Amino acid sequence: MPPKRITIRDHSAEANLFARRTVITLLGILGLLCVLISNLYYLQVTRFQDYQTRSNGNRIKVLPVAPNRGLIYDRNGELLAENRPSFSLEVIPEQVENLDNTLAELAELLNISSEDIEDFREELKSQRRFKPVALKTRLSHEDVAKFSAKQHRYPGVSVEARLTRHYPYGDTLTHMLGYVAKINKKDLQKLVEAGQEDNYAATYNIGKQGVEKFHEDRLHGQVGYQEVEVNNQGRIIRTLEFQPPIPGDDIVLNIDVKLQKVIQDLMAGYRGSVVVIDPNNGAVQALYSNPSYDPNLFVHGISSKDYRQLLQSPDRPLINRATQGQYPPASTVKPHLALLGLEEEVITPQTRMFDRGIYQLKNVERPWRDWKKWGHGWVDVTKSIEVSCDTFFYDLAYRLGIDRISDMMVKFGFGDYTGIDLYEESDGNMPSRGWKRAKHNQPWYIGDTISVGIGQSYWTTTPLQLAKSVTVLVNHGTRYVPQLLRGRYVDGQLQLNEPRELAPLVLKHPENWDVVMDAMYGTVNREHGTARKAFKDTKYISAGKTGTAQVISIAEGEEYDAEKIAEHHRDNAMYIGYAPYDNPQIVVTVAMENAGGGSSQAAPIARQVMDYFFTIHPLESHAENQVRSE
Amino acid sequence: MQKTKLDPNKQSIWQKIHIDLPLLLGLLTLMGVGLFVIYSAGGQDWDLIKRQLIRLALALTVMLVVAQIPPLAYRRLSVHFYVVGILMLVAVLAIGTVGKGAQRWLDLGFMRFQPSEIMKLAVPMMMAWYISRFNLPPRLLHIVGGFLLLVVPTLLIAKQPDLGTSLLIASSGLFVLFLAGMSWKLIGSVAVLASAFAPVMWFFLMKDYQKQRVLTFLNPESDPLGSGYHIIQSKIAIGSGGFSGKGWLHGTQSQLEFLPERHTDFIFAVFSEEFGFTGILLLLVLYCFIIVRGMIIATRAQEAYSKLLAGSLTLTFFVYVFVNMGMVSGILPVVGVPLPLVSYGGTSMVTLLAGFGMLMAIGTQRRLLSR
Repeated sequence: MPPKRITIRDHSAEANLFARRTVITLLGILGLLCVLISNLYYLQVTRFQDYQTRSNGNRIKVLPVAPNRGLIYDRNGELLAENRPSFSLEVIPEQVENLDNTLAELAELLNISSEDIEDFREELKSQRRFKPVALKTRLSHEDVAKFSAKQHRYPGVSVEARLTRHYPYGDTLTHMLGYVAKINKKDLQKLVEAGQEDNYAATYNIGKQGVEKFHEDRLHGQVGYQEVEVNNQGRIIRTLEFQPPIPGDDIVLNIDVKLQKVIQDLMAGYRGSVVVIDPNNGAVQALYSNPSYDPNLFVHGISSKDYRQLLQSPDRPLINRATQGQYPPASTVKPHLALLGLEEEVITPQTRMFDRGIYQLKNVERPWRDWKKWGHGWVDVTKSIEVSCDTFFYDLAYRLGIDRISDMMVKFGFGDYTGIDLYEESDGNMPSRGWKRAKHNQPWYIGDTISVGIGQSYWTTTPLQLAKSVTVLVNHGTRYVPQLLRGRYVDGQLQLNEPRELAPLVLKHPENWDVVMDAMYGTVNREHGTARKAFKDTKYISAGKTGTAQVISIAEGEEYDAEKIAEHHRDNAMYIGYAPYDNPQIVVTVAMENAGGGSSQAAPIARQVMDYFFTIHPLESHAENQVRSE
Repeated sequence: MQKTKLDPNKQSIWQKIHIDLPLLLGLLTLMGVGLFVIYSAGGQDWDLIKRQLIRLALALTVMLVVAQIPPLAYRRLSVHFYVVGILMLVAVLAIGTVGKGAQRWLDLGFMRFQPSEIMKLAVPMMMAWYISRFNLPPRLLHIVGGFLLLVVPTLLIAKQPDLGTSLLIASSGLFVLFLAGMSWKLIGSVAVLASAFAPVMWFFLMKDYQKQRVLTFLNPESDPLGSGYHIIQSKIAIGSGGFSGKGWLHGTQSQLEFLPERHTDFIFAVFSEEFGFTGILLLLVLYCFIIVRGMIIATRAQEAYSKLLAGSLTLTFFVYVFVNMGMVSGILPVVGVPLPLVSYGGTSMVTLLAGFGMLMAIGTQRRLLSR
């Protein structure tokens, strides 16, 4: 079908036209290429830095690496707190597509309780972004296998092996050693305030109690960093840079865990505490409070049922009775008071009085009774301590007055924190006029002073305070702060801590120390001594003082439960002692709630503690001979 | 060169088998570059390379075969080709297979087949045939006729929907008209008409996902994790490549899979990331070489049909390159156009090389025509 009105084609004109158009299109192409190239130049050269940053932001993530927590040893190298690997199921919520579904499926797969899920959700609220949150800890190998098979279905969920704290001695050391547990909101806030937030970026647990809390800074170490390359799924492809964390210090405590264990067994069934201190340096060798509990429960998050049980138990296991229990010191402070009487020359070693079992002040109707109804007869200061005569000390306190008593007893450490490396400590109370005015808005009555003479009235002390005061006596005024920390390992070498010494208590008449020490010797070793029976036939020579306190309260701030009076009406048994007499190695204090008499209950326990101590630390023969020959 | 022209008996071996050597070398070089980039972008997967090699071999074979057919035969077959193509496009809309949200394939039982690919060749052939029947430059009536021939397949393909291909086909037809010498006055009026037509397209013809693409193109950061993700990651890949690139196999955006469609439509981003601005310039030189060579063949062709067809095929090839690079680098909206000769896969490779086969036929067989 040829075209109808065809003119003769001018081929060269057409070719020219085509060539012109070709040139134009080539120019157009050139123009478009310029646009393209200038845009690429803009992207690759002008804004190169910008895009490089964004590209690196895509692929490089900086992950904090938790340092290994320092280990804790006892003085003999026994491991008290260790790190064990354990598997936990962890979730990075930002990487999970449908959290509800995932949680529901995992709960079924791994048998996770609804309580755990609730805890998890609660924790989500306080966690920082992209930090994994544990959904289930202590996975069994079976759980790990089960999850691993289906891991691909749950992006953002993974099984992580991490080191968790374990306390091999369980409830033997709880109150002293404490425990670590999950960092909670309050901890986090404190870390932020201390500028430690970054250092804890990868850390899950923090010291909550005891040594673990007090020495947290030493034990924790320094966070490390890992710069990793990730793909678009957030999976780590390789590590670009690794700045290793610096592990926490391995520390050594003054505690002897075997001694502590012996004490735990002795205290079974009682509420109370035992403190053992080396008077030569303040090293705390045992610090036990009964009843106790297993600190390992807290490490992985204690169930609310278990926690409720601990919290609501009438025996109050959560309290560290050795440092938080506040008891009237009762007769255990008679040596201290006697020393003050001698120092103030209110009495002399020769001062005698006749005790007929009752003490009466002029113009005061009410009498004060001795614990022995018919009295002790003629007593001097030494015998008053040995037989624990109350009347002598009623009179002594009356003559000293509260001001002098208060001033001196504060120097022994009463009414103040001992300075031990624990946060769980009460200061007790050393009453004074000012204190009573401030606290009760009442004047100080003379009767108050008289009760103070036998360690009652408003006077309360912790067993540790009492032990510290005994070290002052034993040391003739040299004062050490009780210390749990013995030292730390630096490059495998144990570096010992220096003992912390306070300004000494200096007497005008230093010979008075010996009068009091002798009376304590008599308490244990002479015919009428209240602790003689308990310490019969020991292979070492010890000295001490018994105490039997009327119960006022266990701990400050505790509600007085009227229904419990009957059970809790019995006296507290107290004992302070030290040994060997001439060259003291240990000071022991025993405080037992509602156990009865100090000489019948507390002294025997102190004896067994000392017995054990001297079987594993046999006395050098010459020291023994010296004692015998005296 | 002069000798060859003068003495038909002294033509080279390449001319005997109707191969334009410079063009072939250009194509092979680009294919080689493509294989390297695919290897990198595909995660060092040899299977991918093998499949691409098979595809390239097939496409090159098609090119060789097509180059042997004399241009006169193409001219004769243009109408048949076009009519069959149109019929198949209608068939696609009626009974085609749906894939990826579009109806583009005809299932022939033993293979699936995209009729729109045929139209990439059939439309320029038909347009060149139609326009070259009249004296050039074409008169208004003929241009209107040409437009009608063009609009039908363009709309049929746009309706599948396949915006990228319909764009390429429309431009191949328009190039024929332009090269034929369509007057500037007319070009101006068509441009005005087209811009008036744009709102109509937006409101009545474009699907939601297409509108979304345009909106994303205008502001990718509005939805960085959704529809803007592709283009943002692509720009990061290109930009972070910098002047000299991160090196082969070392593009983090591609190797760590932040970049989507790495070995297909967005392969240019991988290339830019790994070879940088210098690499891009070299790549563009290669493309320009092919385009210039194509245009030389077109101008040398002795007959209007051949000139128009060769010019249209070459310029459409440029459009391919420009649209792909433009969309990947963020100056054009994302339409599904691969980077020709480099991107992995596709029936488009076969069509493309068939087109180059025609170019070669035109370039090497002109002596058979009489003036």
